[in-house]
Amino acid sequence: MSGLGPHAGFILASYAAVAIVLGWLTLAILLDHRAQKRALAALEQRGAGRRSGPVAP
Amino acid sequence: MAGLIDLANPTRFMRLSAAVLPWMTGAAVLLLAVGLYLAWFVAPPDYQQGETIRIMFVHVPAAWLALMFYTVMSISALGTLVWRHPLADVAQKAAAPIGACFSLICLLTGAFWGKPMWGTYWVWDARLTSVLVLLLIYLGIIALWRTLDEPSRAGRAVAILTLVGFVNVPIIKFSVEWWNTLHQPASVLRLDGPSIHPSMLWPLLILAVGFTGLALALHLVAMRAEIMRRRVRTLTILEAERLDRLASQGLPA
Repeated sequence: MSGLGPHAGFILASYAAVAIVLGWLTLAILLDHRAQKRALAALEQRGAGRRSGPVAP
Repeated sequence: MAGLIDLANPTRFMRLSAAVLPWMTGAAVLLLAVGLYLAWFVAPPDYQQGETIRIMFVHVPAAWLALMFYTVMSISALGTLVWRHPLADVAQKAAAPIGACFSLICLLTGAFWGKPMWGTYWVWDARLTSVLVLLLIYLGIIALWRTLDEPSRAGRAVAILTLVGFVNVPIIKFSVEWWNTLHQPASVLRLDGPSIHPSMLWPLLILAVGFTGLALALHLVAMRAEIMRRRVRTLTILEAERLDRLASQGLPA
């Protein structure tokens, strides 16, 4: 990366920080979304919240 | 306001957000790709700062978004306390980690830019310190959400803390004018227009819009997850009550 001059390390470290922080944030949000979706589907399958009991398969 | 009231229904919000999300994500990815290409291969090095100017293209949007998300949270806090909008505290809770991440990016990239330009990673000047305080406020808000179990109680407490913390937003914005700081004054959002050359301004603006689109898409996904979490909580309580009732009647679950 000689094209980036003597401060290439600082420039690359900045973009790496952006990638790591945003990558972690995106992953955390997507995994949480998936976990809630699965938990909700499982509860609805069991008939939670209905007086009539579980839904027939 | 009418649009916000329409969105107050979580079911309607879930349907609309599901339709908007793919388009918003696609547009954000496209803008980020174009912006990064322009920032790395088209924008020239700065006559004073050389190639380190490329750090600006991620540092400045991160700073804007850190402030923007705090402002969104403050408006949501008003929505919780004044209008009791059903999605206000959902929006506020979902925004906090996103704002915190952009504050962290702003501080990290600022440190990596500061070392070669100022000779130091950190200095306790008004701009840097007030952004650090913003990150700490974000972390405090996230911690408070986790401390209180009941969402509506937590929402009101967090709303008050958020509004108190809003005093830091104008301090960050005007710190470079009110005090003698090592950080440079604003170069884009100025009354007399941007002082940056268009060859650098355009990549910066495109990346800013791209990062904003990505952040808003993440915010929508996080809001959807929070709505589902509350539904899971309600259903779990209802199921536990049903099982208790059956047990007390001596019936099988």
